Amino acid sequence: MGVGIEVTNLNAWYGTNHTLQEINLNIPANHATALIGPSGCGKSTFVRCLNRMHETNPIARVTGSVVIGGLDIYADAKPVEIRRRVGMVFQRPNPFPTMSIYDNVAAGLKLNGYSNRHVLDEIVERSLKNSALWDEVKDDLKKKSGASLSGGQQQRLCIARALAVDPEVLLMDEPASALDPVSTSKIEDLIFQLKSQYTIVIVTHNMQQAARVAEKTGFFLNGRMVEFDSTHKIFTNPSDKLTEDYITGRFG
Amino acid sequence: MLATVLVVAPLVAIFVYLVYKGAVSLNWAFFTHNPVPVGEQGGGMANAIVGSAILLAVGSVIGIPMGIAGGIFLAEFGRGTKLANAIRFTADVLNGVPSIVMGIAVYSLVVVPQGHFSAFSGGVALGIMMIPTVCRTTEEMLLMVPNAVREAALALGVPNWRSVLSITVRTASAGIITGCMLAFARVAGETAPLIFTAFGNVGWSEKLSEPIAALPLQIYVYALSPYDEWHRLAWAGALVLIVLIVLAVSLVRYVTSRGVLKGAS
Repeated sequence: MGVGIEVTNLNAWYGTNHTLQEINLNIPANHATALIGPSGCGKSTFVRCLNRMHETNPIARVTGSVVIGGLDIYADAKPVEIRRRVGMVFQRPNPFPTMSIYDNVAAGLKLNGYSNRHVLDEIVERSLKNSALWDEVKDDLKKKSGASLSGGQQQRLCIARALAVDPEVLLMDEPASALDPVSTSKIEDLIFQLKSQYTIVIVTHNMQQAARVAEKTGFFLNGRMVEFDSTHKIFTNPSDKLTEDYITGRFG
Repeated sequence: MLATVLVVAPLVAIFVYLVYKGAVSLNWAFFTHNPVPVGEQGGGMANAIVGSAILLAVGSVIGIPMGIAGGIFLAEFGRGTKLANAIRFTADVLNGVPSIVMGIAVYSLVVVPQGHFSAFSGGVALGIMMIPTVCRTTEEMLLMVPNAVREAALALGVPNWRSVLSITVRTASAGIITGCMLAFARVAGETAPLIFTAFGNVGWSEKLSEPIAALPLQIYVYALSPYDEWHRLAWAGALVLIVLIVLAVSLVRYVTSRGVLKGAS
């Protein structure tokens, strides 16, 4: 089941560049939350702070608190534990190129020491079904490499890989921006189905996409969160002038 | 097309010339018999073929793990550190050290304390010569792995060291193996570092603690001798050496392309 995320006074830096400033928001459990804003506004950095991937860059720094399902991820847990609970899907599909489809999905479990064949088989099948890829790949799970799939299939494979470690939260950093419209709509359908089981945070450049998939939307600009509200309110009656300017296409 | 011809021509020329000069002396006895004294007909280089195999095995066991470990450190753990720069510089200098110097160094570090020439010391010399090539190719191949692959592994909650060993190195494995093969093929024909270490042996030996024959050494000795029969054997030895290197490299490539890339279409 998904869990809620409470972010308090979050700041992030790349070197001397203060990319996130005093972010406060509550992301509800088992819903999809969209983050919109122009390029470089800090929304990708923000989601990378939610699974402590931001700090994998040696010049990066974070302050503030992020509490996920009651656990303060910066004070009380190791990065590897957090990343098992908070899965991530990246902008460009990044399957492990030398691994079969099966091994790609099972990678998170295998690399953490899981080896029971039956359990792995079951989890791989369930994850691929949850990512709506099972029917397309079930006949050559171990024969084909993950890299031999189409872009859209690769991205769904990456979603399956993230789901296989049974996370509570799924972060998606522009998951459809490198895909064609058909693949994009498949990913969006998927987000719709997945949000009953997971808390989903999706970064997107595409405002229609945010409106289609998310109950809540946050608007980021220049490292600050300008507004966070129900998606309906953000797109029909935003409280902030800047949000209105952005969604009506006056800048960005 | 012209480029292909220019690249392939020297190899083909060498090979054809070796076959022309060496094939006549190649027979079953060459592979099954040890050298015979001057004046007697026949004899072979069985001891040198086995000796080379042993020396290369010892060299590989020393050079490949150390080189790969160094390359992994340079690319994955030590990026930008002073230690990494020092290691990279050392590897590049080591790569440029003449092989005869390597022989003398190992002579004074291993042979002198041991008190006698040995297959082991020859293997050490070859192993040290393999390290820089293996190390730098490993580093370069690892750096070619896209960062997205590393991030994907880390985002699954895989510890960094595990991600490096099981994901990054595995992704780069084809290139790393090629680097090892290059190093192997390069030292397989080395003569100079063996003169002061493995020393050579006219008889059969498989012991690491005793002097051992090696194909390049035997070719060197035979080619410099005043006897026509030995000259012919030297040509045959050179031909066998080249063919064995090509076979070894092809075999490893074949096995690893089936094993490591299993599942890749």
